[in-house]
Amino acid sequence: MNPALSQQLRNLAGLGVGLVAFMLYAVYFSPTQGWVFFFQLTVNGIILGSIYALIALGYSMVYGILKLLNFAHGDVYMIGAFIGFGVLTLLGGPLNPEIPVALLVLCMFVVAMLGSGFLGLAIERFAYRPLRDAPRIAPLISALGVAFFLENSALLLFGSQFRNYDGYDLISYNGIHVGGANGVFIQYLGVIVIVGAVLLMLALLALVRWTRLGKAMRAVSFDREGAAMMGIDPDRVIAATFFIGSALAGAAGVMFGLLFSQIYHLMGFLAGLKGFTAAVVGGIGSIPGAMLGGLLVGLIESWAKGYLNGNVSDLVVFGILIGVMLVRPSGLLGTPALQKV
Amino acid sequence: MPENTPPTPEPAPAGIQIGVDQWVEQADERRQRRGVGGRIAHLWELLPPAGKLAFLTPAIIVPFLPFMNEGNLFNYGVFILIYALLALGLNVVVGFAGLLDLGYVAFFGFGAYIYSFLSGTHNEKSHIYTHHWSAQYSILLAVVICALLGLFLGSSSRRLLGDYLAIVTLFFGQAFVIFTNTTDPYGLTNGSNGLANVDPLNFRAFGHTLTINSVKGYYWFLLGCVVVVLIVLWCIAESRTGRAWKASREDPLAAEMMGMPVNRLKIMAFSLGAAIAGLAGSVFAAAQTGAFPQNFSTQVLILIYAVVILGGTGSLTGMIVGAIAIIATNQVLDSTSPPNNARVIFYVALVLGVVLTLRPSWKKIAVALVGTAVFGLALHAIVDAVWSRGTSGQVTSGGFLTGVIRHFVLLPTNPGRLAVYGYLLMIVLIIVVVQLKGWWRVIAFVPTLYLTAFVWENILVENPAVTRYVLFGALLIAVMTIRPQGLFGTAKVEIV
Repeated sequence: MNPALSQQLRNLAGLGVGLVAFMLYAVYFSPTQGWVFFFQLTVNGIILGSIYALIALGYSMVYGILKLLNFAHGDVYMIGAFIGFGVLTLLGGPLNPEIPVALLVLCMFVVAMLGSGFLGLAIERFAYRPLRDAPRIAPLISALGVAFFLENSALLLFGSQFRNYDGYDLISYNGIHVGGANGVFIQYLGVIVIVGAVLLMLALLALVRWTRLGKAMRAVSFDREGAAMMGIDPDRVIAATFFIGSALAGAAGVMFGLLFSQIYHLMGFLAGLKGFTAAVVGGIGSIPGAMLGGLLVGLIESWAKGYLNGNVSDLVVFGILIGVMLVRPSGLLGTPALQKV
Repeated sequence: MPENTPPTPEPAPAGIQIGVDQWVEQADERRQRRGVGGRIAHLWELLPPAGKLAFLTPAIIVPFLPFMNEGNLFNYGVFILIYALLALGLNVVVGFAGLLDLGYVAFFGFGAYIYSFLSGTHNEKSHIYTHHWSAQYSILLAVVICALLGLFLGSSSRRLLGDYLAIVTLFFGQAFVIFTNTTDPYGLTNGSNGLANVDPLNFRAFGHTLTINSVKGYYWFLLGCVVVVLIVLWCIAESRTGRAWKASREDPLAAEMMGMPVNRLKIMAFSLGAAIAGLAGSVFAAAQTGAFPQNFSTQVLILIYAVVILGGTGSLTGMIVGAIAIIATNQVLDSTSPPNNARVIFYVALVLGVVLTLRPSWKKIAVALVGTAVFGLALHAIVDAVWSRGTSGQVTSGGFLTGVIRHFVLLPTNPGRLAVYGYLLMIVLIIVVVQLKGWWRVIAFVPTLYLTAFVWENILVENPAVTRYVLFGALLIAVMTIRPQGLFGTAKVEIV
């Protein structure tokens, strides 16, 4: 068997054993809360995780193609959330929308994705393309500058107060009860988020696998110079990658706004870090890995919030990231990096 | 690429004999001079022009600082020196060893918290800590603990490739922020309130006590620290270790092949940088007699990076000049300082920017500046006649520029959304200006400059504290793309 594949299978088996063990512990041995609590946390974690997965995809794609950590990605997500909010306000606000709600939500997603996609293009053009051949550290510092610039521009333009999507007013407070009235509660909004995220991810997978652009992306990420010799314009492919990754982040921003209502200028920082964690845990550069990683980070955060303490959940996520990077730097589904000389 | 073409040999000036190298002759002449004066002159000759300037600038500015009043001395003098110290430490990591340390500010924080814990009185959550250690011991311990933490964090880079190290350190820094802000084990950090009641620097030895409790005292103490650290780093940079750092930065593989312990070198750089940050942190805690989590936020990290990047990674003197430029700007753009200073600096910088971008051609500079002036006055007159709300706003705070601004910049009474659109349009225009070439660029400069002034007067000058961070973010991008070596760094030789 292919050694990389067997490594991935072993990773997944280990992960499965760990998850099952934790589930058994949580359901049977957790002293105060029963299985309902566990599954409620799990559902919340999956909803949160699909947002992280969308963010992680952008990180992972950009890293796969450019070997660049795009620190500004979290802030693109923040800008996406603000664009969605702008559309919502423009079309009448959450309480009395001027057009049908489904259309309004669709409009928010489309405009936010386009807006953050073009923002990603601009960032690539001005902050990263001039540094294509610079030492590795230069684009990282530039990315730091972009992140800081976006954050503070948003603070300057939108102010430091929270903006409220009121997603529950807009769509519905209701949901599905599983296992009776005291059972697990799944909001319709959460269902929408999960379905939307899954659709976007499937579209991305199809694009990468079956279109000419996707083929070009894979070629460029495999060997940029070789791809250029075959007549692929790497700059265009990289720009397209940034556009798609940023558009996914914008969609994630709108989802976050709908689900948690409150958006503000610093929301991108932590979300970006967690998206990055997800990308690394799944294996950076791998698209299915980013999805799996996002789900895992969401679950872990939700469980840590439930069983430990809201304050330390971030620390737990970061601790897991550092642990993964020390033990398995290539992540769950990544291929171990061979250093070419 | 034009940069890579070999320089065309200059025609030999008349009067030079073939076979006699002028430089060698002059060097021989220089070597003739003896004594201390000759030695100094010799060293001075060795410095590149940028280095000379870097030496001269602090030498000119520093003696004036003690004559400022206490508040200004603290805001400018002490802060500049603290950041110079921090930048020198970060320079070891980023400049010498070429590693990206995004958790650097956590070491600064650790230094401050350790000093505060060891020399101060804290009574939080029914835990009472009254250690009044003598400053030399608590500073020493803070430095040593920070160095050990750096060792610990750096050893994570053994298995991680370059980028991953950046992220591990970023998480370390973030974990520090969460740790100090939200968790408060045993009342150690006092959460987001921070630690107050920290002793000033109390040096007790042999029955004598030397207490530094004036701003001026801290200023001179920090100046001493900076000078000592500068000398130590200069010696290290020229030593075997320093050369090994540079080698492993340029090409880790080749360095490894030449027998250099690259991993150990990385960890050493990390640890040294962390130790210097710990020193800066402990003195900082003593100077403000407290340690608060907001002193160690991401903003501070960006500020330190702006200093290092502007000064030029790898250049020691660049750190000093960078600290003076960045921290002075930072403090002028503070919300407590009068906005007119910021305004003067802004317009001077704007004009300087135009001059620098269109440099060789004076005609273009004149067209851009005069064009902007005419355009602004005309637009103002038109808008005044058509839409009176557009010009009826007030200039924020007075000053001698008020009259000019009132007749030049559009000041709507309630800018709000207009200013937001102006800001976005300004970014678009700046992008356009970067794209255009030749005279088109000069023409595009006119509305861009005008819009910049409009945005500045309507939104930026009211939020100077945010504006400065926007500017520092833009500065990082601009320096990296236009001049990656900063002001005083050495340009990298392209290896093909």
